[in-house]
Amino acid sequence: MDKVKSLEDLKRLREEALEKRRVKTATGEVQVIVGMGTVGIAAGARDTLKAILEYIEAENLTGIVVRQTGNIGMDSFEPIVQVVIGDNPKVTYGKVTPDAARRIMKEHVAGGKIVKEHVIES
Amino acid sequence: MRELALHLLDIAHNSVSAHARNITLSVEEDIQADRLRIMVEDDGKGMDAATVQQVSDPFVTSRVTRSVGLGIPLLKAAAEACDGGMTIQSTPGVGTRIEVDFRRSHIDRMPLGNLADTILSLVVGCPEVHWVFRYRVGEFLFEFDDALIKKELEGIPLTEPGVLAYIRNVLEAGVRDAQRSALTMELPLSGEKNG
Repeated sequence: MDKVKSLEDLKRLREEALEKRRVKTATGEVQVIVGMGTVGIAAGARDTLKAILEYIEAENLTGIVVRQTGNIGMDSFEPIVQVVIGDNPKVTYGKVTPDAARRIMKEHVAGGKIVKEHVIES
Repeated sequence: MRELALHLLDIAHNSVSAHARNITLSVEEDIQADRLRIMVEDDGKGMDAATVQQVSDPFVTSRVTRSVGLGIPLLKAAAEACDGGMTIQSTPGVGTRIEVDFRRSHIDRMPLGNLADTILSLVVGCPEVHWVFRYRVGEFLFEFDDALIKKELEGIPLTEPGVLAYIRNVLEAGVRDAQRSALTMELPLSGEKNG
């Protein structure tokens, strides 16, 4: 994909994204949620989120919704990332370092396979 | 937290939790006056005077929930340790304005850290909010208003790879240019010290 340099380029990008979306919707929405309360941020959640965004950029993944949420209530497991794919139940991951985040993106978000070692029971 | 940018991320989330629709983040480095100011202004639900007191001084509160954290008092303490302080103005139903200020050259002043990452996290992670970011270094002003981008995208998520790359580039270049302008302003000063 060409680099977006201006607001005009965004228009073109929008058309492309709309086109892709028509193909994509069959698999259901993919949501990645990062806990960004005070504890999460102190534990490194911003770098975790950044790793997720960089993965999306690098692998050119489309149709993924990334959300932030406040305190999830499991302080000792921060940074926490939750993944929801379509109608499947939400999977909660704990102590998600940037490396763990890249693995979750690759194996779960892109590959559909839950990364068991990082899952926390909720 | 080791960066002011992480504190900014933290207190900006308070505004998101307060259901703000518009949030303006400002960072100002006044090199001549040796001050560094961070401001967060929102149109969220606001707080009454008693709540403002509680969020700034957690050890006198009667709260029983985890809804009010230690983020604000930690930042306040950091500012007070650097010849600065924090002021919170808030009106229920109107919004809140938090200003933190530091002596910029104070030895204990935390580094600003990665402002571009903080703003990118907020803009992408809380897309329902209209974000404005202003970073002033001396005379140099970098302003980022996400309304322009969202208008062009008309509902396409900000997490589309090309959009992400665009926003990240704009933020990183803006912050870098502002910080370069600070370096050129400081050079004569350091020259004097050495000579």
